[in-house]
Amino acid sequence: MNKTVNQKAWFFVIPVFVLVAFNAIIPLMTVVNYAFQETFGNNVFMWEGTRWFKQIMLSERFHASLGRQFLFTFIILFIQIPLGIGIALTMPKEGIGVPVCLVLMSMPLLIPWNVVGAMWNIFALPDIGFLGHSLNALGFDYNFTQQIGDAWFTTILMDVWHWTSLVVLLSYAGLRSIQPAYYQAAEIDGASRWAIFTKIELPKMKKVLTIAILLRFMDSFMIYTEPFVLTGGGPGNATAFLSIDLVKMALGQFDLGPAAAMSLIYFFIVLLVCWVFYTLMMRNEEKS
Amino acid sequence: MSLELKNVEKKIGLDTHIYSTNLKLEKNTINILLGPTLSGKTTLMQIMAGLDKPTNGEIWFNEQNVTGMKVQKRNVSMVYQQFINYPNFTVYDNIASPLKITGVSSDEIKQRVGKVAELLKLSGMLNKKPNELSGGQQQRTALARALVKDSDLILLDEPLANLDFKLREELREELPKLFENRDCIVVYATTEPSEALLLGGNTATLQEGKIIQYGKTLDTYNKPNSLVSAQVFSDPPMNIAKIKKSGDQCSFLQNDIQWKTKLNIKDGEYKVGIRPHNITTYKEGKNTLEIKGKVLISEISGSESLIHFTNGNLNWVSLSNGVFQKKVGDEMNLYMNTDEFVYFDQNERLVSNG
Repeated sequence: MNKTVNQKAWFFVIPVFVLVAFNAIIPLMTVVNYAFQETFGNNVFMWEGTRWFKQIMLSERFHASLGRQFLFTFIILFIQIPLGIGIALTMPKEGIGVPVCLVLMSMPLLIPWNVVGAMWNIFALPDIGFLGHSLNALGFDYNFTQQIGDAWFTTILMDVWHWTSLVVLLSYAGLRSIQPAYYQAAEIDGASRWAIFTKIELPKMKKVLTIAILLRFMDSFMIYTEPFVLTGGGPGNATAFLSIDLVKMALGQFDLGPAAAMSLIYFFIVLLVCWVFYTLMMRNEEKS
Repeated sequence: MSLELKNVEKKIGLDTHIYSTNLKLEKNTINILLGPTLSGKTTLMQIMAGLDKPTNGEIWFNEQNVTGMKVQKRNVSMVYQQFINYPNFTVYDNIASPLKITGVSSDEIKQRVGKVAELLKLSGMLNKKPNELSGGQQQRTALARALVKDSDLILLDEPLANLDFKLREELREELPKLFENRDCIVVYATTEPSEALLLGGNTATLQEGKIIQYGKTLDTYNKPNSLVSAQVFSDPPMNIAKIKKSGDQCSFLQNDIQWKTKLNIKDGEYKVGIRPHNITTYKEGKNTLEIKGKVLISEISGSESLIHFTNGNLNWVSLSNGVFQKKVGDEMNLYMNTDEFVYFDQNERLVSNG
């Protein structure tokens, strides 16, 4: 059979191309443009090659905020994933409890980031906030605006409150899709509850958990609004995660070149971690 | 060894899933639960296994009341319609899993898994994971898991339903062999009459939560106690026609076809059931009673031809060996074997075979 040649078909691709160009390629290329040049305004640019990249890669400030970022992401994944699975396991499987739980679980997810930040800021204020005041009344010396440990504790607690639900909902969906016959077969074998969890539930949830971990990794690695509203990156630079540091550099100090180089490095780290993680998780899954 | 259900009943809310049932299954038998979907086969099996408790009634095993005894203590194994294996285990570990929990020595596990794997043609893939196998091999693994321990009761819930035609045929032929020389009771649920006939043993026909008839498979097939039982055990469905008997003459109510019968029953109106394969497109053996038909649908399935036709306001189905192409609307003669007619009274109970 001969295929007819019809170059007009390319026109059908144009809308997608234009869309992608405006929302991805052009902004990204602007950043790339800044990353290799120096500017003093008035549209005057000077070629700088890889200078900004070298500067960022060697900068202690960048290393520090990258370290804080990885630590934060690691802690919240370590808390949210097991907690989310645990809550999903205890949720009811039928009856009126199902919609009630699902709606309650979705609530935090529906609140905008800056509102969450503002809420927790007020909630945690040591003098008038319910959390802050109660902790102090219980004898803890708690002040998230001044003590580094308290600032981290509050930021992590806020993120756990905001996002654990996502893991719960994904895990719950994964658990509900396991056919009852699996549980019966395990019962016939005399398998323990722990064995059912590790040998049936976890393997069956592998795909949704991969998605949950990826989403939580990306979101937490790029977190900005909530800590910005809650702590503003403080006290000092204690909670200045990558994106907060980036905005400080770009808009606070107006170091456009290094900031552009940093955002590209930032972007490639996210991309690389996601790719490595996904490839590792899915390497035995091609056939199914 | 025997499994006995005594007045077993299962209700969920106001719905009755199983009506009061009495059934005794003997040692070393294959028992087929034959019935359409939602007829209660799975519920009945789960009650037999101890996965589910009956609302009323008792289950006795080896002259011992086991009602409410947990499934782990009952030494049963079960195979499902879905291919149920531990997703992260290799085929070997999957087959070995029921033995490991009971604490059998590892040498013995190795030897028994090897034997079962060979029986089920899995020897070459013991190191693979279930998701690397075809559907047929996954179900073979599940079967091996069920056979590896010496269960007293093996339950198979439509094990072939999710397989494609060729794999189903292949495994179906091996099944009877797998249960030979085993000291156990096998219960096999299916919707397909042909599977019941192939496996032999005993068959219980089920309809809407009731066991209609239980007996040797061939007896149940040849002497259905009622129209319902005959319908459950006939695929394609049995043809049903009203007839009138006076003396030794019988005739359909719809047309003037007549035949002689040796039936020694009162004159009057009856219903007759004719299995599709007792109506053929050619005169053969005892298929001699002629009936005229107008073709409605003609299908070829394998090397058999299914012809749906009308005669006297009734739709009929005939099944003949060989491939026949008929056009819709064709007029043709078909031939019936009056010896195989099954007669039912007005209450749809069996009266006698012709």
